[in-house]
Amino acid sequence: MSDFPWLTTIGLIPAAGALVVAFLPASLADKARHIALGFSVVALFQFSERHPWIEQFGVSYAVGVDGIALVLIVMAAVLVPVCVLAAWRDVPEVGKRQQAYFALMLVLETFMIGVFSATDVFLFYVFFEAMLIPVYFLIGSYGGPRRQYAAVKFLLYSLLGGLVMLVAVIALYQHGPGGADGFLIEKLTALQLDQTAGRLMFAGFFFAFAVKAPMWPVHTWLPDAATEARPATAVLLVGVLDKVGTYGMIRFCLQMFPEASKWAAPAIIVLAVTSVLYGGLLAIGQTDIMRLIAYTSVSHFGFIVLGIFAMTSVGTAGSALYMVNHGFTTAALFLVAAMLVRRRGSKRIPDFGGWQRVTPVLAGVFLISGLSALALPGLNSFVSEFLVLVGTFQRYRIAAVLATGGIILAALYILLTYQKMMTGPKPEAAAGTADLSHREKWVVAPLIAAFIVLGLFPKPALDVINPAVARTLYYVGVTDPAPTDPGTAEGAVK
Amino acid sequence: MIASLSGLTTEFVVTKINYGAVLPMLIVFGAAMTGVLVEAFAPRATRYAAQVGVALVGLVAALAAVGLGVGHQGSTLAGAVVVDGPALFLQGTILALSVLSVLAMAERYDGVGVDAFTAQGGSVPGSVQEAAAVRAGVTTTEVFPLTMFAVGGMLLFPAAGDLLTMFVALEVLSLPLYILSGLASRRRLLSQEASLKYFLLGAFSSTFFLFGSALLYGYSGSMDLGVIAHAIGTQSGMDGLLVPGVLLVLVGLLFKTGAVPFHSWIPDVYQGAPTPVTGFMAACTKVAAFGAILRFVYVGVADSRWDWAPELWAVAIATMVLGAVLAVTQTDIKRLLAYSSIAHAGFVLTGLLAFDKVGVSAVLFYVVAYGFATIAAFAIVSMVRDGGSEATHLTQWAGLGKNHPVVAGTFAFLLLAFGGIPLTSGFTAKFAVFSAAVGHGATVLAVVGVLSSAIAAFVYVRIIVLMYFSEPVGDSVRVISPSVFTTLAVSIGVLVTLVLGVAPAPLLDLAARSALFLR
Repeated sequence: MSDFPWLTTIGLIPAAGALVVAFLPASLADKARHIALGFSVVALFQFSERHPWIEQFGVSYAVGVDGIALVLIVMAAVLVPVCVLAAWRDVPEVGKRQQAYFALMLVLETFMIGVFSATDVFLFYVFFEAMLIPVYFLIGSYGGPRRQYAAVKFLLYSLLGGLVMLVAVIALYQHGPGGADGFLIEKLTALQLDQTAGRLMFAGFFFAFAVKAPMWPVHTWLPDAATEARPATAVLLVGVLDKVGTYGMIRFCLQMFPEASKWAAPAIIVLAVTSVLYGGLLAIGQTDIMRLIAYTSVSHFGFIVLGIFAMTSVGTAGSALYMVNHGFTTAALFLVAAMLVRRRGSKRIPDFGGWQRVTPVLAGVFLISGLSALALPGLNSFVSEFLVLVGTFQRYRIAAVLATGGIILAALYILLTYQKMMTGPKPEAAAGTADLSHREKWVVAPLIAAFIVLGLFPKPALDVINPAVARTLYYVGVTDPAPTDPGTAEGAVK
Repeated sequence: MIASLSGLTTEFVVTKINYGAVLPMLIVFGAAMTGVLVEAFAPRATRYAAQVGVALVGLVAALAAVGLGVGHQGSTLAGAVVVDGPALFLQGTILALSVLSVLAMAERYDGVGVDAFTAQGGSVPGSVQEAAAVRAGVTTTEVFPLTMFAVGGMLLFPAAGDLLTMFVALEVLSLPLYILSGLASRRRLLSQEASLKYFLLGAFSSTFFLFGSALLYGYSGSMDLGVIAHAIGTQSGMDGLLVPGVLLVLVGLLFKTGAVPFHSWIPDVYQGAPTPVTGFMAACTKVAAFGAILRFVYVGVADSRWDWAPELWAVAIATMVLGAVLAVTQTDIKRLLAYSSIAHAGFVLTGLLAFDKVGVSAVLFYVVAYGFATIAAFAIVSMVRDGGSEATHLTQWAGLGKNHPVVAGTFAFLLLAFGGIPLTSGFTAKFAVFSAAVGHGATVLAVVGVLSSAIAAFVYVRIIVLMYFSEPVGDSVRVISPSVFTTLAVSIGVLVTLVLGVAPAPLLDLAARSALFLR
């Protein structure tokens, strides 16, 4: 059993599904969505494998998962079926166009599993770039009115970041031991790098990940892409794809360039705090509900980066957990907002009002998703946000204090939006609107379950994450600063 | 190894010929001569079939001969021809690409007036004779022997052991191309203009090559690359002849690759020439020209590189940046691909400037990857028609993905390869040249390279946007169904592009083993 290439198989299941869905005979075309849903539900085991791929370049096909990668893959594997279900009526006409839509989603899932499980830098890069193509077509072919602009902007930002990283990838190999498997991550960690070379390569990687994450000031593609994409695409984009950026920061920036990471950390902390506050402020000012959610993500990614570069075991573990939580929270926000938008026919927040009287269940679900986003104690985001802030406080007190302002902004943008959309007199226009359908309940149920489970019992997830974080920080060579006030740090470790 | 050094020999020595080594060239030239005879004596009705047959058989036989030539490596014909690893690799590449090109040229679409070639090259555009030729259903069959002569020159070009042979090869490959460029059936005046422009500029660049050769002869006393290399190690105080000589020869060679600032002919000629010929030029000529540059630089003058490499760096940077930037502003698909080919020439130069075996194998791999994708791309361009003639304006490509998903998908895949997206040959090739550059002190070139790639990516993405995300303008643009010839050319091109992206190891291995020049 241990010889069986589980991870590759799991990665290829969606790809096989994509082929099946794309080339379905016309007689079965109306079943495309069901088949897509079936293939998107995958199981997971933890195994690693390695085969030579392009020996001349030192490239291996090497996959394996550690704790951080595992939770992200699980998250992706949960979110894709949810998205397929949510996208059930996105392309209503049965036929090639619908088949292509779901096939692209499954291809994307293969690449997402690949990117999180790659243990070879080259392989990671291949998945990192290849992922862009299905997303590009998902946005560009199926998105809203400005989809061309959004798709091209998304692709160019990501490609530019990726190409800059490519130079760093090449240079890293040249500085490594070389050989036929010289691109393996394990061979490239703990290298004795020249200071300047190390910092330049770090910058190459970090730029790509910052674009992907996205951080202020290279975040501007996200609101356009997330607004113009179909909600399911937006979920996969913001919820899973963008995590590759923060995942890469832990896996590559910290682990391979410890010296440069420590050197750049203060500047990155400043950028992260700026992202937290800037994203929050801009979210408050939005009138388009989808754009608002996109900006909340900019703010949340600021928190994640903050925790990573605080480089404390609490902060970095908090960030890893935050990535998962944010995936579920954003998915819920986007999908529930999309349900509202479909009923009202408008994305503008002022067009709503009083909807809790028409669709009480939907309003309730929206509220829970919002409360998760503003880190209400008892729900998932609270745990991770608290860990990030505590971890940051241990090293960068001012940054932690400023970032706490992000929580206040979150309360504002969530509660104000709820107030504008849901409270007030019963709207005439919405009379007779149906509440959640069965399918929609199945979409939100797993997400809300995840909120509660991860909010009340984060320990299993943290137990998976912590060893991986400890190992990363060991490579970085940092130890947690001695707590000056024992009361702050002690309670948060577990 | 070098049979006779410079100086006058009083005794006439019969040169030994290693026929195994020159067999591919002999076959191709023989096929070309046969083609001329067929053109002269075969009845018109059978000419087309006979010409296609002769050309394809000749090329495939030559390709097989290249395989046999592995055992016959060495310098032959008194050092005029050197058949070594790079020469054999490039000859094989040129022949394989030529097979695809001839397949694309053989496409006739079974109809009057949709042929890529004019009915009668000799008649004045718009004249009575031309109209009569079209009515009579005449097709131009002399393209096949012309192509074969060009291929023969291309085979000799990267195998030339001295500058004189290199010059002869340059002329043999160029002259047929000048004629082929003027044979387009559509917009014939533009085609003839392209032909004339190509001829004049080509002749001009040839004189640069000759003048440079003369200076190098003055410097070393020989045209032989080995002797020149030897002189660089021993001769001192004559750099006034050496450096200008090297640079002038490089001008002549870079002209053929379309490097900036010797690129101005590329867009006009690529646009004006019949599309299958454009594909042939873009792929095969580049392979041959880069082969010749490799040999001249690595065998001949590498030891003096500190004197002229900076100029070549400037050329590489200008080629990448200008090619990519100018491609952005193009509205004609053939001109756009022309500028993209200029940018690609810059990427190849990046690998060449590594001055290492790794650089040679990277260049060898790159030209294969680029060549196959290019021929397939131009073959697809020739299939997209508006009322019988090729629809090359970009606006005409809008919405192609809706009406012709397979063709548009194939083209999009090729564009992604040009853009260097992973899992296509373009990415592997770019990775090879950039890692050669980074590994051997040319990181700056690699950085400029990736930034240019990002700009170029915008160009390719724009076409994908047009094809897939835009609504079709009218319904006059359609893809005419190709015969088995074009289908085969496109399929092989796409297949190679995919295989070299997913499993490039065997070819990379071959390129690495072929990367050693015989000095």
